[in-house]
Amino acid sequence: MDLNYTADELAFAEEVRQWVRANLPPETRHRVLHHIRLEKQDFVNWQAKLAERGWGAPAWPEQYGGTRWTSVQKHLFEEILAEEGAPPAIPFGLGMIGPVLIAFGSEAQKQRYLPRILTMEDWWCQGFSEPGSGSDLASLRTRAVLDGDEWVITGQKTWTTMAQHANMIFVLARTDPAAKPQKGISMFLMDMATPGVTVRPIITIDGEHEVNEVFFDDVRIPKDAIVGEPGKGWTYAKFLLSHERTGIARIGRSKAELKRLKHIASEETVEGVPLIRTPGFAAKIAALEIELTALELTNLRMIAAEKAGQAPGVEANMLKIKGSEIQQTLTELMMEAVGPYALPFNPEAREPGWNGEPIGPDYAAPLAPDYFNYRKVTIYGGSNEIQRNILAKAKLGL
Amino acid sequence: MDFNLTETQQMLRDTADRLIRERYGFEQRAKILKSPDGFSRGMWATFAELGLLAIEVPEEFGGIGGTFQDVAIVLEAFGRGMVVEPFIPTAVLGAGLINAAGTQEQKAELLPRIAEGGLFVAFGHGEPKSRYALAYIATRAVAEGDGFTLTGEKAVVLGGDCADLFIVSARTAGAAGERDGLSLFLVPREADGLSVRGYPTVDGTRAAEVSLQGVKVSRSALLGAEGGALPLIEQAVDRGIAALCAEAVGAMEALNEQTLDYLKTRTQFGVPIGSFQVLQHHMVDMYIAHEQARSMAILAADRADSPDALARAKAISAAKVQIGKSARHIGQQAVQMHGGIGITMEYSAGHLFKRLTTIDRTFGDADFHLARYAELSAAA
Ligand SMILES: Cc1cc2nc3c(=O)[nH]c(=O)nc-3n(C[C@H](O)[C@H](O)[C@H](O)COP(=O)(O)OP(=O)(O)OC[C@H]3O[C@@H](n4cnc5c(N)ncnc54)[C@H](O)[C@@H]3O)c2cc1C
Repeated sequence: MDLNYTADELAFAEEVRQWVRANLPPETRHRVLHHIRLEKQDFVNWQAKLAERGWGAPAWPEQYGGTRWTSVQKHLFEEILAEEGAPPAIPFGLGMIGPVLIAFGSEAQKQRYLPRILTMEDWWCQGFSEPGSGSDLASLRTRAVLDGDEWVITGQKTWTTMAQHANMIFVLARTDPAAKPQKGISMFLMDMATPGVTVRPIITIDGEHEVNEVFFDDVRIPKDAIVGEPGKGWTYAKFLLSHERTGIARIGRSKAELKRLKHIASEETVEGVPLIRTPGFAAKIAALEIELTALELTNLRMIAAEKAGQAPGVEANMLKIKGSEIQQTLTELMMEAVGPYALPFNPEAREPGWNGEPIGPDYAAPLAPDYFNYRKVTIYGGSNEIQRNILAKAKLGL
Repeated sequence: MDFNLTETQQMLRDTADRLIRERYGFEQRAKILKSPDGFSRGMWATFAELGLLAIEVPEEFGGIGGTFQDVAIVLEAFGRGMVVEPFIPTAVLGAGLINAAGTQEQKAELLPRIAEGGLFVAFGHGEPKSRYALAYIATRAVAEGDGFTLTGEKAVVLGGDCADLFIVSARTAGAAGERDGLSLFLVPREADGLSVRGYPTVDGTRAAEVSLQGVKVSRSALLGAEGGALPLIEQAVDRGIAALCAEAVGAMEALNEQTLDYLKTRTQFGVPIGSFQVLQHHMVDMYIAHEQARSMAILAADRADSPDALARAKAISAAKVQIGKSARHIGQQAVQMHGGIGITMEYSAGHLFKRLTTIDRTFGDADFHLARYAELSAAA
């Protein structure tokens, strides 16, 4: 057993780090590390740069612009990007619909969409959840009816992340109302500019516009906008969601945030003593760091097993559960660290380019809103209750 | 032992409950939040008419001369409705401090105005570097002629946004952290050298940063004895905490009710989600957390005006720790069990969660009060 990275892996990591440092715009890095709102262009420009370097989609097959990296390399790549303050990858194109198209899409769909995902020329969003169908996705009611050469889609989606930036959406809709719930569902690719598509913002309690409702009012899309075969949408969706697991623990990001927490806790003082030197808070930080270390090693063990040829299994749900809980604890401790200055609500301070006078320390403004916002991480992508159900059944046989 | 309300208290509860039910629905509150003041002056006038602002004011000054438990009853109802009007700053901290320390003239001038709803007061004590430590105050008051000159910064002053009158703490002697040397001053908003930067807080209430740059006040602005204000300050903050605890209990109750209702009505997989055992267990823990919080809030209200400062302080810190724990648990679980809907602006559960989080961070968080309790216990 050897818990260290090999010399080659370390050299690879160093190469990635140097390249990120040389190429990530300082402004973008500052925004990410200081919790300032990113603009669409921050994401798009960075992805285009990665694509240009040949690192746009490490997990894809080489012929579509992927790499031949090992799972360890892919892991290192993600970690380093997060630690260095690169914009988080938007999963909907690269991590979700991309792999689905590679596995099940038509040749025309691959040629048309994959290059545009790689450079983020298309911004995809995910149209799965509905007001009545959250955890129980198979109960979805959006309909798709074939009318001559076109599918006519009618229904409503919700919680659609960043639909306001997206020009493309992949949609689950019911094509066979008579079939068993899972069997009657198909998957479609839709241009958001198609007549009949309406996007309405949902504002979350932190004051952000991140999610949306999307309405389909007899939206007509071409017959070949369906993915694979009719009635197989559920299978593709399950494949897609299993792909969401890469990097779902977000350990690199949590490491960067832990560093920031320590910085804040050493700036903040209790009767003149840095907060990080007070026994209570120091113990909280230490406990969190230990949890994070344990998760990192658990993650590495799974990556090693994957490298050894074992397919990633439901153990990955464990990464989602622990990773999300750690992210939440981080936001909570950051808010705690600034004491009374967690309370002022100053959303302007999160706008890029704002140079007004902060209320309290300059790092305080985003901390409480982040705490409220991050309650989502144990809800989306399959709630932690659902993840535990899956583990109980598939891993423990309960 | 008797945990029942008196007849008068029952009437007070009915009044407060009806007010919240009929005039402080979620939509009405949302409208109030959007108004320029961020609260409703009309609502404030109603509070005054109903005598709610007069509870802490003695009868001889036009008030009701009620007990702290009476205040707690009102605050529990306010917690359910997430009232944003600055009731605690003015009617609890303001009236309480003036009552406890004011001269006959000061009381006669100010208390009736509070009772009538014509005066907003804010207690400006905490500072950018003081965090929750009440003696860690650096603002200075230098005696000059027959008055004082005040210089310093006050942080996150609750209700400071709209206050007509600030009760400000400053050092007439000693250095930050020392128990002696603190004094309290009455400073009108329009005083030269006083500037107020108001803002909303994350839960929708209002606060302010208050800066004092050579503010001159006369000796008659001194509230209480010169140099010996810390016990008064401790008492005021303890009373503020007891008030917050009562409010939190109301907010937790509303949040639990809403969550339970959601568990019974939201269906997934063809059944109400409340039929999933894991959610049942979460909900039971939330129910227990609320009962535990209620018990400690009752204790806090009972001890808020205790002449035994140590007994008071211990009960208050103990209550604040329990309230913090319960608020965090109930708030987080309620949101989780609501799924996505729990974190949206249009739905009240998320707002109750935000209010509860804010209460946990006001006048010392659970860590702070746990340490204070431990220290007090070791001493006694
Ligand atoms: C910020 C955010 C972004 C999102 N982005 C997207 C997106 O881009 N595209 C998209 O399609 N969807 C998106 N979602 C939707 C997300 O996937 C759903 O919110 C999630 O599946 C939960 O569904 P729900 O909110 O309807 O909660 P519900 O399914 O109603 O669940 C309510 C509660 O019941 C629990 N529960 C439900 N079933 C069970 C069970 N069998 N056993 C135990 N507990 C159970 C849940 O864990 C939860 O606590 C997003 C959600 C959020 C909050």
